[in-house]
Amino acid sequence: MSMVLNEEQCLLEDTIRDFLSSHAPVASLRQIRDTQDELGYSDELWQQLTDLGIPSILMPEEFDGLGFGFKGLGAVMQQMGRHLTASPLFATVVLAASAIELGATEKQKQELLPKITAGQLTLSLAMDEGFHHHPLNTDVRLEDDKGKLTISGEKAFVLDGSSADSFIVLVRSFGKKGDAKGLSLVLVNRDSPGLTIERTQYMDGRNAADLIFDQVLVTENQLIGSLGEAYPILQQVLDRGVIAMSAEMLGGCQEVFERTLHYLRDREQFGVKIGTFQALQHRASMMFCQLEQSKSAVLKALSSLDSNSPDCSIQASIAKTLMNDCYQKITNEAIQMHGGMGITDELDIGLFLKRARISIQILGDSDYHKNRYAELNGY
Amino acid sequence: MASMDAFRNNVRDWLESNCPESQRQPIIKDQQIWAGRNRSFYCYDSKLWFERMRDKGWTAPTWPIEYGGGGLTPDQAKILEQEMKALGCRPALYDIGLWMFGPALLEYGTEEQKQEHIPKIVRGEIRWAQGYSEPSAGSDLAALKTRAEDKGDHFLINGTKMWTTQGDKSDWIFCLVRTDPDAPKQQGISFLLIDMANEGGDARPMELINGDHEFCQTFFDDVKVPKKNLVGKLNDGWSVAKALLKYERNMMSIMSSIVEKEEGDIVEIAKRYVGTDSSGILTNSSVRSQLSLHLMSAQADLWSGIRLYEQHKKGLSDGGLGLTMKYMSTTEQQRKDELLLSIMGNQGLSWQNQKLSEAENKSVKNWAYNKAHTIAGGTSEIQLNIIAKKALNLPS
Repeated sequence: MSMVLNEEQCLLEDTIRDFLSSHAPVASLRQIRDTQDELGYSDELWQQLTDLGIPSILMPEEFDGLGFGFKGLGAVMQQMGRHLTASPLFATVVLAASAIELGATEKQKQELLPKITAGQLTLSLAMDEGFHHHPLNTDVRLEDDKGKLTISGEKAFVLDGSSADSFIVLVRSFGKKGDAKGLSLVLVNRDSPGLTIERTQYMDGRNAADLIFDQVLVTENQLIGSLGEAYPILQQVLDRGVIAMSAEMLGGCQEVFERTLHYLRDREQFGVKIGTFQALQHRASMMFCQLEQSKSAVLKALSSLDSNSPDCSIQASIAKTLMNDCYQKITNEAIQMHGGMGITDELDIGLFLKRARISIQILGDSDYHKNRYAELNGY
Repeated sequence: MASMDAFRNNVRDWLESNCPESQRQPIIKDQQIWAGRNRSFYCYDSKLWFERMRDKGWTAPTWPIEYGGGGLTPDQAKILEQEMKALGCRPALYDIGLWMFGPALLEYGTEEQKQEHIPKIVRGEIRWAQGYSEPSAGSDLAALKTRAEDKGDHFLINGTKMWTTQGDKSDWIFCLVRTDPDAPKQQGISFLLIDMANEGGDARPMELINGDHEFCQTFFDDVKVPKKNLVGKLNDGWSVAKALLKYERNMMSIMSSIVEKEEGDIVEIAKRYVGTDSSGILTNSSVRSQLSLHLMSAQADLWSGIRLYEQHKKGLSDGGLGLTMKYMSTTEQQRKDELLLSIMGNQGLSWQNQKLSEAENKSVKNWAYNKAHTIAGGTSEIQLNIIAKKALNLPS
């Protein structure tokens, strides 16, 4: 399947670009950060995006899906990356709704998906434990005491965790850390007794939380997919998430790179534009090469999701690794090339720098994905 | 689309019944079929394979049928390339004329010149060399000094060319020569075709750091060249050269992918030299991580090539992507070479090591030879200059 957008997808990209630049410029993220906004995103904006049909992008047709496919989603995520848009799209739609679409019963889907597309329900995938993304190492337990199911343990780095209405929690029903067998997904309401939500203040101003489960009582009806068999579903959900996050990073990276080029063309020192210096030109050109390479990896990964190709996991790990490294490199160079102004909060460059580091950690840094790629390729 | 599918099936059937089994092995350098008056084949199969491809015109798939080419559309040629790759077919002919000079001559040559030279290129009868660089004109090519004096019915050539690939084995050479010494640098240059059999021409091989003698220094001492051998207008050779450089960059990517195949599977080599645990996982985590990064980058470079093709096909601007390809593929090749060398440890320090397989010995030689990739066809630094100017619009 082609890596180039079709006509409808191009239109979608134009629409979302125009919408975000008028309704959600980078300044609105500043406001969210400075007011330590409870939600960590603008609910008004999310409702407007809902009116545009954005949460329906990936939905199957019977749930009024728009059929833009993953390349369409990628175009939206890229624009969100460019505008540093905080929204529930990633946690609620890309991660949680995918888990529901791929793993839930028909009844659960009927109950949950329409609420998501209507902007009435936000969700979050509670997955990581400890300091690094490593889903197989899940150790939060789902205990079965003669039919009485309880969850105990701690989850970290739960995106939108302080605002989500419910969580899809990755738990271990049996087996030990590292086993693929024994993992389950459970839908847990935020008001459940025994669940403590501790908001974390990460440097990108958005909301996330640590969750502490103390014998939180759940029922079999809350399971998404079969008990102990969540891993294959989770893999697909995470591939989608990894690739969508890479697309967001691509957008952010393109934006910060273009802003830097602009500065090189405008800024004068020693009586000339600093962009005439070969020392800076070559670094800019190398960044461009790296950016185009990462872009190819991201577009290929999106198109492999669209064609449901068996190598989605491999493409996901390539895209995330290259994008992680690229975003890190380009944000660092952006700061350096902006000189003293680059380290002021007045310029937006620092906001991209911070978002870059957070997105690098989301669903696996480069070490994680290089390791995963090696495993998938048998070395 | 249906007709394309039919074409693909036809191509596949034809390749399956016409490409000998021995010609479906990864190519190694000594077995390449180079064009030329003294063309030779290492075995009967390779001759057969070459002749069959030649007779279809598929040595030059997209060139017009009237000149012996295959007459395929770019889409059809892509299919042929994909099917050859799928079956592992070796390239049927190697020649700079085929990759670089031919496409430029089709663009700039007169009808008479095309009639004279193109069919011979398709048929692999003439081996071409390139005469651009000189001892004092490398990246600054327009500083070249080889002189072509107008002597009425012919040009008289005097000067020295450097880096003429296989100059001693080539039959003809296409050269940039100075026809107007008084004009500003790029404006006094013409594009001339010279038969190396002419009196006064001499190509002397230079030894490279890998021990090979692929490049020559080529001397012209009062060589007479007929005027019909001028391609393009007098003093307008720079335009032809620029068109040709574009093909040279394509060729550099082709060349790096050809060399790639000689080395064997880097993962297997790593497993052998670094060792694995009982489940086949490399025990050296640093090598494992570097290997992943290399394989990922190489893969993404391939996707870039496909993306470029898709964008061109749709008539979209490539936004500068094309300009990044040479820099990226050659840099990645060198990263791989260095990784391979470090993986092989002290075994990778010689190219006459009896304990190494032929492919491994080649890998070590390639490590040294591939240093040329970031220099030939426009150095990496020149590439970065071009990107800064053309893709990024940085001021000069």
